[in-house]
Order: sequence, then C-alpha cells, then structure tokens
Amino acid sequence: MSDSIISVKDLKTYFYLSTGIVKAVDGVSFTLSKGETMGIVGESGSGKSVTASSIMRLIQKPIGKIVNGEIIFEGKDILKMKNKELLDLRGKDISMIFQDPMTSLDPVYKIGQQIIEVIKVHQNVSKEKAKKIAIEALEMVGIPEAESRMNAYPHEFSGGMRQRVMIAMAIVCNPKLIIADEPTTALDVTVQAQVLDLLKDLQKKMGTSILIITHNLGVIWDMCDTVMVMYAGKTVEYAKTATLYEQPLHPYTWGLLDSMPKLSQDTEKPLKAIKGTPPDLKLTGNACNFHNRCPYAQEICKNKAPELIEIEEGHFAACHFQTKDKKLKRKEEV
Amino acid sequence: MSNRSLDLKSQEEMLKKERKANNAWNKLKRNKTAMIGLVIVVIMTLMALFSPLIAPSDPNELSLSEVHLKPGEKGHIFGTDEYGRDLFSRIIYGSRISIIVAVGGTIVGGIIGILLGLIAGFKGGIVDSIIMRLMDGMFAFPFVLLSIVLMTVLGSGTKNLILAIGIANVPSYARIVRGQVHVVKNEEYCNAVRALGASDNRLLFSHILPNIISPIIVYATLNVAGAIISEASLSFLGLGIKPPTASWGNILRAGKDCLNTAPHVATISGLFILITVLGFNLLGDGIRDVLDPKMKR
Repeated sequence: MSDSIISVKDLKTYFYLSTGIVKAVDGVSFTLSKGETMGIVGESGSGKSVTASSIMRLIQKPIGKIVNGEIIFEGKDILKMKNKELLDLRGKDISMIFQDPMTSLDPVYKIGQQIIEVIKVHQNVSKEKAKKIAIEALEMVGIPEAESRMNAYPHEFSGGMRQRVMIAMAIVCNPKLIIADEPTTALDVTVQAQVLDLLKDLQKKMGTSILIITHNLGVIWDMCDTVMVMYAGKTVEYAKTATLYEQPLHPYTWGLLDSMPKLSQDTEKPLKAIKGTPPDLKLTGNACNFHNRCPYAQEICKNKAPELIEIEEGHFAACHFQTKDKKLKRKEEV
Repeated sequence: MSNRSLDLKSQEEMLKKERKANNAWNKLKRNKTAMIGLVIVVIMTLMALFSPLIAPSDPNELSLSEVHLKPGEKGHIFGTDEYGRDLFSRIIYGSRISIIVAVGGTIVGGIIGILLGLIAGFKGGIVDSIIMRLMDGMFAFPFVLLSIVLMTVLGSGTKNLILAIGIANVPSYARIVRGQVHVVKNEEYCNAVRALGASDNRLLFSHILPNIISPIIVYATLNVAGAIISEASLSFLGLGIKPPTASWGNILRAGKDCLNTAPHVATISGLFILITVLGFNLLGDGIRDVLDPKMKR
C-alpha cells in the first residue's frame, strides 16, 4: 500500500437547529491512499455530502459545526488551518466537483473567464499563460473547439458539457485530491459513462486521488478501489471494493445490494427495497441506527450502538453480530 | 471533415446572431415605451450638460420692467417670472441642478445602501440584525420628513441636498440588496467558487454582486425619478436649493404665489418635472423588462 493522501479520524459534524442537534456525520474515519479512488455510498441524508463539505471546511456556519475529529491532509490537520491556508488549499490541493452542473457555474461570466480566475487565484502566471492553461484543460476534458468555446456563457452549454467544464476547473491546478460529490447524478446515462471515463483517464494521467460520493453502486464497482458504506451519519461497512462485492458483511449493505435491479431479474416481481425510512438524525446515538429496518435485529440493537471493528484484514463493519468469532448468516430471501 | 468544421462555423455564427439579438441594448431598442423614456432622459441630460450654450440669457438677470410676461411675449419663449427673469433660461439652468441632485442622491444612496445590504446579507447573524434594524428605524420615518430632518441638520446647499436625498434612500437599497444576496449566496455556484479557493471578498464582489446587479439598476433608474420629486418637494418647502439659484422646485414654489396672475410659471416648471419623472420611469420599466425575463407580459 502506498502512503495516504488524506486520513479522516472520528469526524463529527453536527447541525444546531432550533428543534435539536442533527448529527449529520457522527464519527466517520477513513484513509485514502495516493492515486487511489474511494467511494462513499449511502442513501439520501446519510451524511455523504456533509463529509465531503467537512473536508473542504465548507460547512454552513453558524448552524453547522465540526465538533470533533481530525482531517490530516499531507501531514497537516485541515480542521486547524487558518483562513488563508484554507483558501490556498481549496481549488489547488483539493478541488471539488458538484452534483448539479446546471447551477454550479456562475451565469454572468464566460467559461474562459471562470477557469482563468481559478488559475490566477492559485498560480502566479501572466494572463496569456493562464489562457493557454485554460484552453489545454478544456481540451483535456474533451471539449471541441476549446479556444472559441472559452467565450461561451454557461447557458450555451449542455449539462454534460458543463460538467466537463466543472471538471476542467477542478483539475486546472493539478490537485492532489478531487472530491466528486455525485458527479453523475444529474446527467443522463450515456453522459454519465463519458464523465466517469473522463475522470478515470485524468486519474491515470495525473495520478490524482479521487473521493467519489454517490448513491449508485454501479459507479462504485466501476471506479473505486475502496468503498465506505454510510448510514445515518455513521460508517457501517468499509472495505476493498472487491471484498465488499463478494463478501458484504453488514445487513444494510445486503439491503443495498438486493435493491439493485438485475438483468436476470423476474420482471413481474416488484423491485426490492429496504423497508422503512432512515431514522431522525436528531435522535440517533444510543442504538444501532439501522435496528428498526434490520431483519436481523434483536434486543441488543435497540440499546447499544455497535462499534466499527476490523473483521478481516482491511474489512470493517459495525454490527453486533459480525465479529471475528461469530458471523451472521445472510438469509437468501427475506 | 470539412463538412463538420463548416457545421461548427455556421453554428458559431448562429450563436453570435442569437447573442446579438438577446443583447440587452438590442432588446431595449425593440421596446418602444422604453425608447421614449430614453429619449426624454437623453434630452434632459443634454440640457443639463450644455445649459450655458442653450439658454438665451443669464437666468439671474433681473428686469423689473418685464415682470410676469406671458409665454412668447417680447421674445421670452416661456415668459418671465416675478422679477422679470427669463423663465426659459431658468428652466434650463434648473434642469442642471435638479438632475445633478437626483442622480447624485441616487448614487450616494446606492453606494451606501448596496454596501450595507451586501454586508448584512452575506454576514447574517448579529451584523445582519443590527444593520437591518437600523434600516427599519429609518424606514419608520416618511421619506419627506426624513429628508427635512436631514436638511435641517446638514444645512441647505447642493451638496447637502444630495447627501440628504442619498441617505434617505439608503434603507430601500439595503433591503433590496440584502434580499437578493440571500437568494444568490445559497446558489450552488457560490459554493463551487468557494470550493475553488475564492476568498469571501472575491465571492461577494465578483460573483454575488454581478449576479444581483440587474434589480439594482432597475431600482436606481426608477429612484432617479423619485429623487427629482424629492428635490422639487424639498425646494418647494424652502429646504432645498436656495434662491436665486434656479431649480425646478424653486421655480414651482415661486409660481405658487402667483397662480392667479401668472399661471404659466408653475405650469411650465411642473410640466418639466412631470416629463422628466415620466421619462425615467418609462426607462426604468423598460430596463426591467429587458433584464428580467420573468416580468415580461
């Protein structure tokens, strides 16, 4: 294993609302190695995006607050950085690709101006040089006629093209880590594949680490080396992608896998789903968050939160019934 | 291959054409009422700029033998006032004062109000509360009353009049800008810009401000019309421009005293105020139609 680029330890991000404290991220830890891709998967509201925003320190103040943990990026704790260091970090060392390309570009500026702005903020180069770098970046992400497209406004681009522009803006300063927050969710299927291929290509060329946040397990199998499954603000399972695919351990992961439609499936039968809804994040803490939806739940699940333990080497899960000695058997049909 | 590049070229041209047609100026040109407003505004502005060249005589030249001449009499196009001064010249020189005060007041109020609104909307929390409660306090006074208080405190004079009208206009700008900032700052692109390493100042002034500028322009244009009326009302009340300097409000005030004997003095100065205000209002409405596609009928 190569050395780590970013390592998150016991991250807790809470939102203080008038109705109570929402524990959006409640003790998440992971490590991402150089040049590797990690996926965070989970349903809506499981804390995936908040984890990403926490890494960038983009949590909305004063409601949201990172209450605990450390995020070590290249030996430095991001959570202890001063404002100026943060501005340097964002866009240069770590950059982010957002979910909705339709709204992620400033509508009043031309594409070229926006990319050049990023370059000028982080690199001390002349205007001509910045323009050249910008055109190169646009060509790299596969935008034809890059030079004349520099003068186009965002509304003159399609969604897929805009996402390419966003990616160009993210890679223009050769970041060491790219966080992609559901980069393909707002795109149609063919464009999704193109964008994912583009990300893979760029990673090969530049050796960047990528953190992908998605609720699409297909994207995970396609892209990631390791994967973390999140549920209600907590990590429920964390393993190499191949391991998780072949040998998932947590009942929630089983549920997720079962709910993926398969080609061989009987089309007469309805698609499978996990019954119930995720818990209110204001009330979590003293029980297994999944206990009310889990077909294997017992008394202990209601009274004690399970800890994330290493069950096999590099394979972590948080379930009372999955330990080194005792293993829960997955029921074939529930 | 050549076919494809040809396609791209024609596409490019189409895009250019479309951009040209959607260009704000070209859209404004198609709007007839806005163009009428623009013509009025341009004429009034030219009149203010080149008053000495247009005016036939000195606006302050007394001629006590020619008091209250009717329009057209003895070569005075608009007649004369109670001191025998040429009304046409006074109206032209008056346009200078009225428009400078109105535009100046709008700019002063605009700059202060926009800054306060930006800070309040962006910072939120206590800063927001303090600024906006202050603005609410100013709103509680009727506009004219507030201007009167300010004029009494500052003393009369063109500069002070501009300041008074400006300050009285600050709360409306602050409120509009703050509301707009609240809408725009939660847009995804603001997040994206921050994620790319932009500082708060850069985000506020080069991304949020340009995105909210169109409602501000519209309001400012309409506000000039309001400021012309404010100048006129303050001068009418004797708090604005002091005689003998000519301003439309001044002339109107003088005309009020001789409505029976020489109605043309009040009528003509009132008409000029009316037409100029109408011009700015038409222009402002037109600009709004152009900049805000949702408002189109």
